[in-house]
This record gives sequence, structure tokens and C-alpha cells, in this order.
Amino acid sequence: MSEASVAKRYPEVWRRRSPRETALGWLWTAAIALAAAWSVSALDIEWAFFADAHVQALDLVQRMWPPRWSYLPTIVRPMIETIHIATLGTAIAVVLSVPLAFLSARNTTANGLTWAIGRALLVASRSVNTVIWGLVFVAIFGPGPVAGIAAVAARSVGFLAKLMAEAIEEADRGQIEAVQATGANTAQVYLVGVLPQVMPVLIGTTIYRWDINVRESSVLGFVGAGGIGLYLYASINQFAWQQVLVVLAVILVVVLLSEAVSAYARARIT
Amino acid sequence: MSAGTYPTVWRPPAFFGSRARQRIALFCGAAYVVWSLTDLNIDVNRMLAGFPRALNMLARMIPPDFGRWALLLDGMMESLQMALAATLAGALLSVPLGLAAARNLAPMPVYVVARGFIVLGRTLHEVIIAIFCVKLFGFGPVAGLITLGFASAVFLGKMLAEDIENVRLGPVEAIRATGAGFGQMVTYSIVPQVLARTVGVLIYRLDANVRHSTVIGIVGAGGIGQTLSASFSRYDYDFSAAILLSIIALVALGEGFSDWVRRKLR
Repeated sequence: MSEASVAKRYPEVWRRRSPRETALGWLWTAAIALAAAWSVSALDIEWAFFADAHVQALDLVQRMWPPRWSYLPTIVRPMIETIHIATLGTAIAVVLSVPLAFLSARNTTANGLTWAIGRALLVASRSVNTVIWGLVFVAIFGPGPVAGIAAVAARSVGFLAKLMAEAIEEADRGQIEAVQATGANTAQVYLVGVLPQVMPVLIGTTIYRWDINVRESSVLGFVGAGGIGLYLYASINQFAWQQVLVVLAVILVVVLLSEAVSAYARARIT
Repeated sequence: MSAGTYPTVWRPPAFFGSRARQRIALFCGAAYVVWSLTDLNIDVNRMLAGFPRALNMLARMIPPDFGRWALLLDGMMESLQMALAATLAGALLSVPLGLAAARNLAPMPVYVVARGFIVLGRTLHEVIIAIFCVKLFGFGPVAGLITLGFASAVFLGKMLAEDIENVRLGPVEAIRATGAGFGQMVTYSIVPQVLARTVGVLIYRLDANVRHSTVIGIVGAGGIGQTLSASFSRYDYDFSAAILLSIIALVALGEGFSDWVRRKLR
């Protein structure tokens, strides 16, 4: 080996990346910077609003303090309603998600067309946010918790069914074949051979989704779909900031509690 | 055990351990449904009246009206830009937050403050944060950008902190043993271990931000949500249908992209 090639292979100064890697890194950085510049410039930001934002924030905090705790009894029932919306919506979603999951898993669907229909339903359900579903269902059922329950269910079906469909696709072939060998029909194979295998996934994701839904339900009231959101929105529109703080505190406690319950339940199951 | 105790009919095993417990669980479930339904004061007649209204609405949604495509495109672009800018801003902010919230790197007081911030930030829904941002920064996409940026920073910070807590300590100690400072230790031992997963999470968040950006417009924070909300309040259902379809298409595209990138990364 010549001296030059030795020097090339064992350089005096250690570098982590080869020149090619460095160039690629800079290319990525440039692309990201370009994307950032494009997205920010097109939003035509009014920088004047930033100038007094901290003053506004301070003003808001001063208006919020002290919290008006006398408002608390008024919002206990709406808070319970919020939890009901989340729970009932999740329950409906579980029931609907099981057939949808079987429809959209490659190994249990009837044919290509049914699979495509299942997938399309999954995407449609998941793409539309709970609050937007709320907007749709308020137009249908009128304002109130029914629209909220329907909205939560509509959004959660896709979430639960997608994860369950993935679990079905990974289900153990051996158990399915064993049930088939007993002469079971398709429904029995699905019920006895597949469903027990995906049950842990279904239960885990259901509990997880429930605690997301409690959080989502807290804002459904903004579009008139029931729950605590209505009171939060009303308090904000009346500039009753001391009430806003109370509502926020209650939402905070309930969401944290539901998260803790959900984490505990999931830890117990697995 | 005598042969007589074997059942002649097979029954699937009970779901909650024993049959008695299963019965109790089912009873509790039924009791809850009854209680919640009576508590909610659901008006059955109004609900039933909703079904013909749903059909009517569906009829008015078809065919979707893409006639005002310029307005639609504007809103979609704004949502997309908001999502992109917010993801990048969130990524920048999440690095110090993630480092501060990693138990194995940060000193106790810093850790507690950072974790508290993450817990608080995650609890409140984006729409609630958006309302405050609208109050502080005025109507428009800036409020949306800050809302999503904040939510992304908290989410990414949490994921990053968890990844950092799970790094293997060998490389960290090896780099420390060379006399490296904190910055060098992070660059050469932590970053290589968490980079791949972090990029995956980042792409996921971009996709999530596209989805969220469609909703915060409802409280005036810019994007397609504002257009959608307006079309609903004007009973302009064929335009709403067009917007909903566009959102579904954009989100599906974003999700496909996100899945593709994350598969490549693995």
C-alpha cells in the first residue's frame, strides 16, 4: 500500500461522517430550511401581533386570577355528561369496529372489493377529526349529547378497526386451521379461531381510545355536541375568565384521572 | 376427577375469569348504560327525526360542489403550510424539552419541571389551546401555527425523552471516558441511537398535524377548518362535502407518505 492510500484510510483527524454523508446532510438541511421558509412566508404572518403577545398573555392571566370556585357546582353535571359521551361513543365504536376490522383485514375479507370498501371506510372515519364529525352530527341530530356520542363513535370506529385489522392479519394460522379442521363454518372460524387471538389488542386499544375520547369530548361542546365544552365556550365568549380557569382546571383533573385509569387498566391486562 | 364432571357441550371460556364474574361485569355494564342514558336526557323523538334529516343532508351533499375550487385550494394549502411549519418549529423546540425530560440526563429539578410541562401541555385539547392563541395572536393561521407548534413540541419532546431514557449506556460511557463534554456526549452517543426512531415519530407528527390543522380552524385559527365551519353554518352542504372529501384525500395521502417513509427507515 502506498503512503497516500494509507493516509487516506487512516487520516490524522477523525471524522464521524464521510464527505458524501456530510454533503447529504447539508442537502437535507437545505431542503428542510426551504420547506420552512416556504410554509412560513406563505402564511403572511403579522409580526405586530407578536410584539404585544406577552402583554396580552399577562393581561389574560391577571383576569383569570383568582378562579371563581362558586362556578364549580354548575359544571359537575356537564363534566359527567362529557365522560358519558366518551364512554358510550367508545362502546358503540367497539361494536361497529369488529365487523369492519374483519372486512378490512386481507386474510378475512371476502374479496378485493369488500377489502377496498373496508379500507375506504377506515380512512374516511379516521381522517375526519372528532370535532368535525361533531359538526356533521349536530346538523343531523341537532345540538346535544347524541351528536357528541355519534361523533366520538364515528371517529373511533376507524381507529379501533384499523389496529384490530392489523392484529387479524398477524393472527396465528395454526389456530385458524385447527378450527377449520373441525368442520367449522366461516363465522365459527372467525368467532373461535380469530377473535380470541385479537381480543387483547381490541381491549387494549379500546381502553386507550376511551381516554383519548374523554379529552376529545371536552371540546365537542364548541360545535354544540354536548358536554363541558359548551360551558367553556360560553365562559370565554362572556369574557368570564375566572370561570374559564375553573373549567380548565376541572378538565385537566378529569383528563389526567382518565389517563391514569387507562394506563392502570392496560398494565393490568398485559 | 371422575368422568362425570366433564361437560358434554363445549362452551367458550368465560371472558372475565369465571362465569360469576362475567355475569357481574355484564350486569355492571348494562347498569352503566341505563344510568348514563337516563342521565343524558336523550330525546328519542328528536333522534329519530335525525335520520330523515341525515338522508336529506346526504342528498344535498351529492354531488359535491368543487366549483369554488380556488377557495378550497387556498384553505388546503394554508392547512398544509401550517402543519409543515408547526412540525418544524415543534421539532426544534422538542430537542431541549426532550433532553430536559430524560431522567438519565437531566438533574432532578429540571426533569420535574420539564415533565410537568409535558403532562400539562398534553392534557388540554388542541382546540382549547387554539382559542387562547387566537386571543393572543388574533384570528388567522398564525394562531394555528403556534397551537400546532406547541402541541407538536410537547408530543415530540415526550417521545424523545422516552427514547433517550431507553438508550444503551455503553456508548454514552465510552464517549464520556474520552473526556467529551455534555454537547459532544449527546452528539456522538445519544443522537445516533435515537435518530432513526425520532425521524419516524417526526413524520408521524407531520401527518397528525395535517389532521389537526383541519379542525382548529373552527375556532378561527386558519386553515380549511374555517372554510368548512363556514360552509356548515350556511347549510352549504355540497361545498362541505367537497371540503370533507378533500380533507380525507389529503390525510390519506399524508398517511400513505408517512407509512412509506417509516417503512423505508426501518
